[in-house]
Amino acid sequence: MALQSLDITSRSATTTPSPGVRQTQKVAKLIDISKCIGCKACQVACMEWNDLRDEIGTNHGVYDNPLDLTDKSWTVMRFSEVELEKGKLEWLIRKDGCMHCADPGCLKACPAPGAIVQYSNGIVDFHEEHCIGCGYCITGCPFNIPRLSKKDDKVYKCTLCSDRVSVGMEPACVKTCPTGALVFGSKEDMIQHAEERIVDLKSRGYNNAGLYDPPGVGGTHVMYVLQHADQPQIYNGLPKDPQISLLVELWKGVLKPIMSLGLGLVALTGFFHYMTVGPNEVKEDANESRHGR
Amino acid sequence: MNDDNLIERFKPADRANHWLTAITLILVALSGLALFHPAFFWLTNFFGGGTWTRILHPFIGVVLAISFGLLAKRFHADNRITDADREWVRRFRDVVANRDQNLPEVGRYNAGQKLLFWVMVTTIALLLVSGIVIWQPWFAPWFSIGLTRVAVLIHALAAFVLTAGVIVHIYAVIWIKGTLTWAKHHHPGWYREVSKGTK
Repeated sequence: MALQSLDITSRSATTTPSPGVRQTQKVAKLIDISKCIGCKACQVACMEWNDLRDEIGTNHGVYDNPLDLTDKSWTVMRFSEVELEKGKLEWLIRKDGCMHCADPGCLKACPAPGAIVQYSNGIVDFHEEHCIGCGYCITGCPFNIPRLSKKDDKVYKCTLCSDRVSVGMEPACVKTCPTGALVFGSKEDMIQHAEERIVDLKSRGYNNAGLYDPPGVGGTHVMYVLQHADQPQIYNGLPKDPQISLLVELWKGVLKPIMSLGLGLVALTGFFHYMTVGPNEVKEDANESRHGR
Repeated sequence: MNDDNLIERFKPADRANHWLTAITLILVALSGLALFHPAFFWLTNFFGGGTWTRILHPFIGVVLAISFGLLAKRFHADNRITDADREWVRRFRDVVANRDQNLPEVGRYNAGQKLLFWVMVTTIALLLVSGIVIWQPWFAPWFSIGLTRVAVLIHALAAFVLTAGVIVHIYAVIWIKGTLTWAKHHHPGWYREVSKGTK
């Protein structure tokens, strides 16, 4: 949650333009799953840089540790054992965390002005001091990423090290990755790098290798190179065609403006009815003659 | 008009119950609007800021649901929809134009009041159930994200219908000026009933 303020593309619950005179280059983190060895150095680097220590958990009998993202664990390795071809076991390890969508569902759903911002470099950042703890971002996110802290009722997630990036450094996880599975740079460069990797993977028999940069959310600023891009679900449920849920779009895109206007119109109708038709008063004599008894 | 001629439309307990419902409904509507559209976010100032609004809104909502539940128990018998009510609704143009002479005889409540009653029964029930599903941090974690998406939508829709209905109700109170004569004129069926036994 860096506090740059001149390069904001959009801001939650804000209807006027955000300060955006400074234009920065679109960045991206590329996660090459074919190079990941699951060492979790990135998890350690994340907690080191952000100075967070999650509760010591228990061993669940699997490599995933912690088992899920939390308010203090902003990235976790997810291990999947799949056998696409009989007898050929593949161990797919996906670094999970915020995807930094170009069209962020969290930001769309958030009712607190400025609690979620998107910088012109593409990073989607939570400003927890403005967060009111309603959890709408959790409802809006197509990737199930934000986590509400039990300690302070604020939501937390990966910042893509916006504080480091804003001063020209790469995210802590990228800095520490020993195999080069994580790379960081301009989005353009990362797409190009991914294409080279895909050519290599295809030459080694992974015919469906491809880049995961889902268009349903406008593309993401965290992308994956997948050996099996045709089946992202096998990577621990990575959604095949993620997009902001239609229900959330209906709620925030349609109902929010229309119903707000509607309530204003109802009140205005009353006012003008009173001004034109006037109050309904009963005069003593009129009553007697109308309902004579 | 002397005191002997007064009729009691609502008992003190009915009135207290109505006003508890009214106050909590206004508070819950203002805090809900504040979180619904940024144009209304400034309303959070009345509740001590955004976070306090988020904390208070559901609790006020529960008080509203309980208060209205009791009110509904008191009033539901008088709110059964009759054929005369259907006729009243068909003549809605006469209603808004103050042409009361064209309307069927009305009992304790007119069809508009009865409709509001049933709108409130339905929407408050929906708001309570959907509100529990999205209530952070207490209950929302029990439910799937898919279900919370349905719940926020139902919550917003029901709140809109309820708020619009209540605005109409408040306006009707301003529009219709009422006294004993008003009762004779607007609720003659009920007036005859309550004045039975008096001269």
